[in-house]
This record gives sequence, C-alpha cells and structure tokens, in this order.
Amino acid sequence: MKLLYFAWIRERVGKPEEDVTPPGSVTTVGELVEWLKGRGEEYAHAFDNPKVVRAAIDKVHVRAEAKIAGAREIALFPPMTGG
Amino acid sequence: MQVTITSDPIDPAAETAALARDRTDVGALVAFSGVCRGDEAGDPIAALTLEHYPGMAEAEIARHVEEAESRWPLLGVRIVHRVGRIVPGEIIVVVAVASAHREAAFAAAEFLMDYLKTRAPFWKQVERTGKTIWVDARAGDDAAAARWKKVERAAE
Repeated sequence: MKLLYFAWIRERVGKPEEDVTPPGSVTTVGELVEWLKGRGEEYAHAFDNPKVVRAAIDKVHVRAEAKIAGAREIALFPPMTGG
Repeated sequence: MQVTITSDPIDPAAETAALARDRTDVGALVAFSGVCRGDEAGDPIAALTLEHYPGMAEAEIARHVEEAESRWPLLGVRIVHRVGRIVPGEIIVVVAVASAHREAAFAAAEFLMDYLKTRAPFWKQVERTGKTIWVDARAGDDAAAARWKKVERAAE
C-alpha cells in the first residue's frame, strides 16, 4: 500500500511517500504506526508520540482503530493548521 | 459550490461577486477572509508556507460544504485556499456564502471556517529569520469546531 506523509512527519521520515507491505499482523492504522516506528531512527522520531498522529485512508479521515485492509493510500500527518 | 486551492493571490471581491452574478434571489453575501498576520504567538514572522494534501483537501472541504448546504438554505458557496509561501498582509483563505437571508449566510460561513481550521488537510509553517517552525494546532480551534456538533445533538 502507498503511504503519504505530510508536514513535520514528512520531514522527519525524510520522504513524502513510499510503498510498504506491512506483515499480516498489522491490521489497524494504530498498529501500522507502531510497525513503522520499528523501521528506523527517522521513523521512531516521526512517530514518537502516536497520539498526535492523524490519519486518512483513501483521502477520508479515520481513527487509529480503523482497519487498513483494502486501503490503497494511507496518509499520516500532524494535527491540521489551515485556514 | 466551487472549491479552489491555488498558489496565486486571492481576490475576495471577485469570489463574492461571482455568487450574486446574473441572479436576483440572493439577499445576503457573507465573505470571510483569513489574512496572514505579521506575528505568530507574539513573535514577528517573515512569511507562512502552507502545505496541503492534494485531492483530500478539495474533497474534505467539499464534504463540509455539502454538510453546510444540508443545514442552511444556501444559494452558493465559494471557498479558495491558498498554498505555498504567503507574506503578512496576504489572504490565506476566503469563504464566501450566499443565501436569501443573513442568518444562514453568517452561520454557514462560520461553520465552514471552524471546520476548515481543524479538518481540512493543510499545515502552516512559519518562517522567521534563519529558521522555519511548524505551527501547532490550537485547542481553541478544536473547541470552535466541536460546538457545531452540540448543535447537531440538540436538534436530534
């Protein structure tokens, strides 16, 4: 699946997007974030406080409990500050 | 409904005028402009840079416009949000709403702005001399958006 990162999460991860194949044990957005944390220092830094991480599946806001099965695109980003 | 995301300067008068052009049923036009201040949390800034999630930003705003249209009798909505580098004094966002009467236009414009602040995928970065800092979300913005949910519950 395709992951997208925005704002300081993008800066910390060091890339705007990537394709990943998480193991089958990763079923929710929250578990995906935990799995990403283990992929390296930059990920650990980006996701050191999972509570502030917001997510969207296929461009719709979701909570950490949301299932990722069937998702084409998952975006992870900090709280929004537009307007 | 027209939702535009642009890196060009925004003309609020043109957005407002477009809502009333060639029609005589509009009795109220409300346009809110969000402007880049020269300070952030008390410290002067050189500029803001706005990042967005292309595709989702337009879709998320459109979902809230549909919600506003289901709550109030609106005759038109135009929202323009700027992205990229913006200097103090320039407009970041315009929300323009047309209705037959002012109550709906005022309420819908405020509703749309409150949701834009907390739900539309945009992120502000502040540029000061020599460094850039991401703007933190404000708890007050969440509270402003949440009060519309109370209205929803009370109406049920």
